[in-house]
Amino acid sequence: MEVVKIDNATRVYKIGTMETQALRGVNLSIENGEFTALVGPSGSGKTTLLQLIGCLDQPSSGAVWVDGKDVTRLNRNQRADMRRGHIGFIFQFFALIPTLTAYENVEMPLLLNGHSPSERRERVMELLKAVDLVERAKNRPDQLSGGQQQRIAIARALAPKPALVLADEPTANLDTENGTQVMQIMEKLNKETGVTFVFATHDPRVMKYARRIVTLRDGLIVENNGNGKNS
Amino acid sequence: MLQLFKMSFRDLGRNRRRSFFSALAVSVGLMILMLMSSVINGEMGSAIQGAIILETGHIQVRAASYDQNKSSLKWEDLVVNPDQIASQISVLPQVKAATPRLYASGFISAGNQSAGARIYGIDPASAANDPYRLGIISGSYLKADDSAGLLIGKPSAEKLHLKAGDNVSLSVNTANGDVAEQTFIVRGIYSTNTSSFDSATIFLPLTKAQTITQAQNRASTVFVLLKDASYTEAVASALKGSDLKVLTWKDLNPLILDWETQANSYISILYLIILAIAASVIINTLIMSVYERTREIGILSAIGMRGGRIMVLFLAESTLLAVGGVLMGVVLGVVSAYLFNIHGFYIGNMGLTGFTVADTIFAKLTLNDTINLSILTFIVTILAGLYPAIMASRLQPVEALRAEK
Repeated sequence: MEVVKIDNATRVYKIGTMETQALRGVNLSIENGEFTALVGPSGSGKTTLLQLIGCLDQPSSGAVWVDGKDVTRLNRNQRADMRRGHIGFIFQFFALIPTLTAYENVEMPLLLNGHSPSERRERVMELLKAVDLVERAKNRPDQLSGGQQQRIAIARALAPKPALVLADEPTANLDTENGTQVMQIMEKLNKETGVTFVFATHDPRVMKYARRIVTLRDGLIVENNGNGKNS
Repeated sequence: MLQLFKMSFRDLGRNRRRSFFSALAVSVGLMILMLMSSVINGEMGSAIQGAIILETGHIQVRAASYDQNKSSLKWEDLVVNPDQIASQISVLPQVKAATPRLYASGFISAGNQSAGARIYGIDPASAANDPYRLGIISGSYLKADDSAGLLIGKPSAEKLHLKAGDNVSLSVNTANGDVAEQTFIVRGIYSTNTSSFDSATIFLPLTKAQTITQAQNRASTVFVLLKDASYTEAVASALKGSDLKVLTWKDLNPLILDWETQANSYISILYLIILAIAASVIINTLIMSVYERTREIGILSAIGMRGGRIMVLFLAESTLLAVGGVLMGVVLGVVSAYLFNIHGFYIGNMGLTGFTVADTIFAKLTLNDTINLSILTFIVTILAGLYPAIMASRLQPVEALRAEK
């Protein structure tokens, strides 16, 4: 079953009278359970494509379906609801809320989704265990290493049991050891939970984990290798 | 909601000094509002109370044709048999004292100095005149049968270099339009701590005033002091019906009441200015906070927080600042009003004519004002957070995520 379907999507940024075409008509389909990398040089459109899939941005033309919904037809609040219920995000800069503890950061999407306290506790502990950071539950982000913060971000992304997790350069700010650890956790969770992972990267060490590699250049998909499915 | 407040509280704690000074701006604003309100209350209360006790009483009964501004002494303008009328009024249960008074104008001379004077002929024995008796600072009070003594206020005595026992010449207008002149002895010097009153008023025993002005057994007014101002309308209604005119303290003090209305208008403008200053500090603090946390807003938006909730998050911050600011403000306001209530605020003789403003104003803070001003400050502070909150809620997630940390 398709989790993501992109139909001839373009994205044009206008700055004054200048127009920049970030995507020039992308067609892409991602199946449930894939572990797919979007690769390409800087400015190739990886992040823009992730933002369209993640309902953070809207295409200038074309359509984007996520979990069976045409997200280009949704208003601002509906897109927020879509992100909250169906999509998890992992960012290059870890993106934890600095005033919340690791536990509370993971709990935040569950709070927004209206889960009961006992459900939240159970789910947060399950995820902290999965990323091996139960003992760091009460620490705030500034008390955690970069690798630990990114693992908390993974746990947060998975908290609402999304159909899809999008990761933008998830290892870019990590050393090799932490980067490897993060990729291994993402791979393990993909296999164990079946949740679809799509990540943008230009790091060859990260690409090797991907079962499908979609290569972008100048806003177009130029290569599409593998089926992304768990073998 | 609780989690949002928790986040807001922690966000405020990130820059404790800035948050503290923002709340302090609110609290100082509220303190100034409470202090201004209490001083105005005290001043107005003192002016009205002073005017009632010293000059007008709660009610006056006069001849219909009497013109206060002319201090008329024509017989047809005076009350006949005022003692009898005063006795009848005195039996009413709401009345503390009722006494005849005769007003005349003239001037007082000592050596080569002279000064204009309002002459009050009073019954020294009446409780209505206790404020003058209690104000004696030198010499003695008048007796009803004293035909040669007068009381003079402290400012006039100082101006004319008089002391108790000195002789003065008093010229007084009479009922037939002449001027009578007679030498008196300064029996006593008084002070009611109201310079505008003390500097112009001279007291004579009523009988002596009636004799010198040729008013005979007549008075300008029957001065009525009630046990409580709230009885005014009821007693005034009970006294109406004869040929005499019944005036209440509101009729007799239009200037003070106008002044109160105008002062309230000016004070409202000052309130707005002070609240606007406090609000601008809050707006500034929260806008800074929005700019500093743009990326975080992007993250919250990315994980699905709706714009409305982001707005609530920032409104929760202004609410917390409002709570802190108002609590601190109430404490500062109560303490400062208490200090002004104990020690007063000396203004001296402001040169106001027609006003009986005491030389020292004592702040009077009411519970009603404290509650109203606290609620007003609280609402204004929260409203001040509205613009930054809307600003935060309208940030586009993609742009917010791109912001520098």
